[in-house]
Amino acid sequence: MALLEIRKLTRRFGALEAVKDVSLAIEAGEFFTLLGPSGCGKTTILRMIAGFDAPDEGEILLDGVSLAGVPPERRPLHTVFQSYALFPHMSVAGNIAFPLEMAGKPKDEIRRRVKETLALVHLEEKTESFPHELSGGQKQRVALARGLVNQPRLLLLDEPLGALDAKLRVEMQSELIALQREVGITFIFVTHSQQEALALSHRIAVMRDGRVEQLDEPDTLYSAPANRFVADFIGKINLLDVEVVASSKARLGLRAAGLGEIAATDPRPITVGERGAFALRPELVRVFGRRESADLKNRFEGTVRELLYLGDVTLYKVELADGCVIEAMMPNAAPGRAKFHEVGDVVTVCWRHDAGVYLRN
Amino acid sequence: MKRPWLWAASLAVYAFLYLPLAVVVLFSFNDSMLNAEWVGFTTRWYGKLLHDEDMLQAAANSLLIALVSSSIATVLGAMAGLAMHRYRPPWMPLLVLTPVAMPEILLGVSLLLFFRQVLDLSLGLFSILVAHITFSIGFVAVIVRGRLAGMDESIFEAARDLGATPWATFRRITLPLIMPALLAGFLMAFTLSIDDFVITFFVAGVGVNTLPLQIYSMIKVAVTPEVNAISTLLMALTLTLILIAARFAPDVLKGRS
Repeated sequence: MALLEIRKLTRRFGALEAVKDVSLAIEAGEFFTLLGPSGCGKTTILRMIAGFDAPDEGEILLDGVSLAGVPPERRPLHTVFQSYALFPHMSVAGNIAFPLEMAGKPKDEIRRRVKETLALVHLEEKTESFPHELSGGQKQRVALARGLVNQPRLLLLDEPLGALDAKLRVEMQSELIALQREVGITFIFVTHSQQEALALSHRIAVMRDGRVEQLDEPDTLYSAPANRFVADFIGKINLLDVEVVASSKARLGLRAAGLGEIAATDPRPITVGERGAFALRPELVRVFGRRESADLKNRFEGTVRELLYLGDVTLYKVELADGCVIEAMMPNAAPGRAKFHEVGDVVTVCWRHDAGVYLRN
Repeated sequence: MKRPWLWAASLAVYAFLYLPLAVVVLFSFNDSMLNAEWVGFTTRWYGKLLHDEDMLQAAANSLLIALVSSSIATVLGAMAGLAMHRYRPPWMPLLVLTPVAMPEILLGVSLLLFFRQVLDLSLGLFSILVAHITFSIGFVAVIVRGRLAGMDESIFEAARDLGATPWATFRRITLPLIMPALLAGFLMAFTLSIDDFVITFFVAGVGVNTLPLQIYSMIKVAVTPEVNAISTLLMALTLTLILIAARFAPDVLKGRS
């Protein structure tokens, strides 16, 4: 049985359906992420799990028992808020002791657990500090410690890294992964950052307009997006409108307007004449000079129109003969060479027949 | 000094505001029955106050009324402030704050009519208390709401989330956080009550006197040094309370709501 089960959850605010018929099952020990742009309903789902909001339809079950009508304080789960929501009139130790005091734990146990948890988040020397004396990263750690100290069944995290600067955010990501592995508590993480979701999660539910568009492990989500929205939302991608012109035994022939035929693969039975999109990650596209040979099926000639030199890689925007632009990302891995092509170079872009994904409309 | 005329103008304004007060204080120490010329320093007017039965009774009444009315107004005002902040009913600020802006004489007359014609209440300590509570609630509510407005709303959700019942959330989180506002509101209400004249004049009836009423009845005869002395004491008390209130809720004096 799943630890948390969400069944046909719907929530309306007036005429707006913020969450539409969402069903999810979250397993014990999982790092589960709800990912989507702002307004997609992910925070609404989190608030319904925490008990701050009630669904209009559907139900939420924890260990198979419905949470309907259970007030937030009686749900064995805690939330880490985006603003941290630390109690400003309590010290770090006071903040962390709060859930234990509310649970009526004995004094010596509270003291021991607060100490252990402070060690877990490396804040031993800040025990007596007050929230306004802490940096953003330290506040974040206190909020995490406070959420974990009473060993909830579930920890809900609402964009907890959103308020940190970029460098700290990456550091906290590693810490979050280590922390979750160490305490073994199930995390439900809400974010709009696809990079954060990919880096942290065991599974990701990508949401749009109140619905789950795709639920998969990060690598599947990245390499085999289910539709245009997911493909476009996660990472950089080339999207071409195509028509299926050949289909046999998992091999597809796709015609992109003006470009010619593209060879692709797809295990699903697909009928000729169908229209869809061809999605191709820039890092799977190779760019060769005219004299270099490329032994790949999909090869098209074009001109470098723009390039973005990023140090380790360069992003090339190559305009093909018919005017369509393909983005390609190439590592700059040759000693003594900063990049391989210049704007205006005539090049050949190519990719393996199984590099891209065909997306049905 | 730049712009000397601006300095001169503001000096004149301050002088206009504070010179009369200074004169009262000064003449309360003047060893003469007349407020005319400085004769010599004395504290005997203060000594005389201590033996004035009517004056002592009025002072006792004023302190009692101020203490009780501001305590009750603090509780009710805090509830109003919390409700305005949490549920944001559009009509509520208007209803709670109107007595603050209402001309005192209007409030006095309407309370008098209400007590006599509608409730048929005999006027006295109780009617004064109710009147003082009425005009103090709004001040406390505004101060409490101002304090809450600057606070992160998720703190209260976090408390619930971490296992606190609504009551525990109020006691452990909300109450400590609004405590400075409650203290400031209490002191404000106390100050308003102890020196209120107009409204008290209407609802006091006969028999019960407060300090401002007592002073007024005395100056109908003459402004004696004794009046100067009691006024000086009242002034000192009010000023002290305002300064304490300003310490607890600095935004009150800065004019932020």
